[in-house]
Amino acid sequence: MSEHHKDIDQPTGVETTGHEWDGIKELNNPLPRWWLYIWYGTIAFSIGYMVVMPAIPALPGLGTNTRGLAGQSDRIAVAEQVESLRSQRSASGAALLTASLEEIETDRELQQFAMASGESAFGDNCATCHGAGGRGAKGYPTLADDSWLWSGTLEGIEYTLQHGIRHEEDADTRFSLMPAFGRDRLLERQQIDDVVNHVLSLSGREVDEAASKRGADIFAAQCASCHGANGTGDRTVGAPNLTDDIWVFGGEYRDVYNTVYNARNAHMPAWGERLDEATIKSLAVYVHSLGGGE
Amino acid sequence: MGLLNKHGVFERHSLILTIGILITVSIGGLIQMAPLFYMENTIEKVEGMRPYTPLEVAGRNIYLREGCYVCHSQMVRPLRDEVERYGHYSLAAESMYDHPFQWGSKRTGPDLARVGGKYSDEWHVDHLIDPRALVPESIMPPYAFLAEKSLDFRNIQDDLKALRAVGVPYTDEMIENASMDLRAQVDPDIYFDEQDALVARYTEASGREGTVQIRDFDQDPDRITEMDALVAYLQMTGTLVDFSTYEAEDLMNAR
Repeated sequence: MSEHHKDIDQPTGVETTGHEWDGIKELNNPLPRWWLYIWYGTIAFSIGYMVVMPAIPALPGLGTNTRGLAGQSDRIAVAEQVESLRSQRSASGAALLTASLEEIETDRELQQFAMASGESAFGDNCATCHGAGGRGAKGYPTLADDSWLWSGTLEGIEYTLQHGIRHEEDADTRFSLMPAFGRDRLLERQQIDDVVNHVLSLSGREVDEAASKRGADIFAAQCASCHGANGTGDRTVGAPNLTDDIWVFGGEYRDVYNTVYNARNAHMPAWGERLDEATIKSLAVYVHSLGGGE
Repeated sequence: MGLLNKHGVFERHSLILTIGILITVSIGGLIQMAPLFYMENTIEKVEGMRPYTPLEVAGRNIYLREGCYVCHSQMVRPLRDEVERYGHYSLAAESMYDHPFQWGSKRTGPDLARVGGKYSDEWHVDHLIDPRALVPESIMPPYAFLAEKSLDFRNIQDDLKALRAVGVPYTDEMIENASMDLRAQVDPDIYFDEQDALVARYTEASGREGTVQIRDFDQDPDRITEMDALVAYLQMTGTLVDFSTYEAEDLMNAR
């Protein structure tokens, strides 16, 4: 077995470890020095790291891990970063909160701030439903036109953002309910057909004249209280204008029939708890600027 | 040199070598894992977490079945950009009733840890049926069949029992009424008493009002579909913990 004098393997000239099995000897080729020193270096580094950074988990009874000399904590770090971001914004944000529409429109710096922060917040939070640039989708109103369901003023948009639409967890939400005339058996199918013909005639569409005439009476009795006698809508209850050619849920006969039969009563979440006030105001300024702000 | 030369013992006996390897490897494992079981701050103390309702469990099972986790994570990391976009960073406590957890490691789509309440039910339904109708640049596959397929919840009691076996604190009452609780949560117009019972049970577990959402999630009042369950689950994610009482600055929570 192991010999205490150096045993050199003749053909290769390499020292052996002295281990021998069945006449086969093991050559001793040590690890390269550079590799070995780097390895020792990592061990030394890890000891330093354990001292400086949080590393050693709690021993029984200690309750928490070691904090390390640097006191590093991702959670505290992110809280500080968010705080510094907020304070960077707060100068402009505070001014924005109290500014009126005219002030924002005339103060170039304030407007740029609101537009930039509004656009980025819109991209993640609003564009999923209302589309990039507020172009809308079937069931989700276009924000880039001047047809508004509830309000198109800066304050009105801000209120909608803050409290949502039919968002039942918020007591101040914008609320109204259109009855499901068909599903709840308030009108017969024939009557719904008549009233849909009448509604389509309001925006100048070609319809069955006789049906539309019959529908006019039903409209006056059932629909006019919210949508107005002429069908021009009522923003205090979010009733859309039926005389223009803008349809949130589609303007084909089938779509309108479906709306009268089942009612739509769409829901927009309230953002007051999710976003801070300055962001909501920025969003209102951004949406207001998309094309239809009043 | 005497001790160092003893390695011959390991090299000549494979069993001793195996035992030696096991001991060496388990030291690393023990140092990493064992403290998690006795450290008090492994899972933060928070208010509001409760076991998922049967409907949410059914929705979560669909989430797993369809592999949503392949593209969506459920973990807001403590980084400024993420906190700005998604909200408060995720806490360990928020996934303590997840078996398995859905943190994920790949975000082809956005993080879903706090998607609950962010969009309307209608949006979730429309978007699951045809993602590109609402988000033209989306590459998410459509899941229109969920709205067609009736939810099979014959095994919901067993689901809850299995979760209890791995540590989710479902009470006997919750398990007994699982099937009725599921139906009550999705049908706001009947089962009034059952709804009160459902809300009472899960509010007690949560210690916080308003964590049980009762609605017809897929706007199809005639039946309970897989869409109902999935949307109910999604609308709950990230909404349980009461962050107004969570003390992020507490040294026990700083990590």
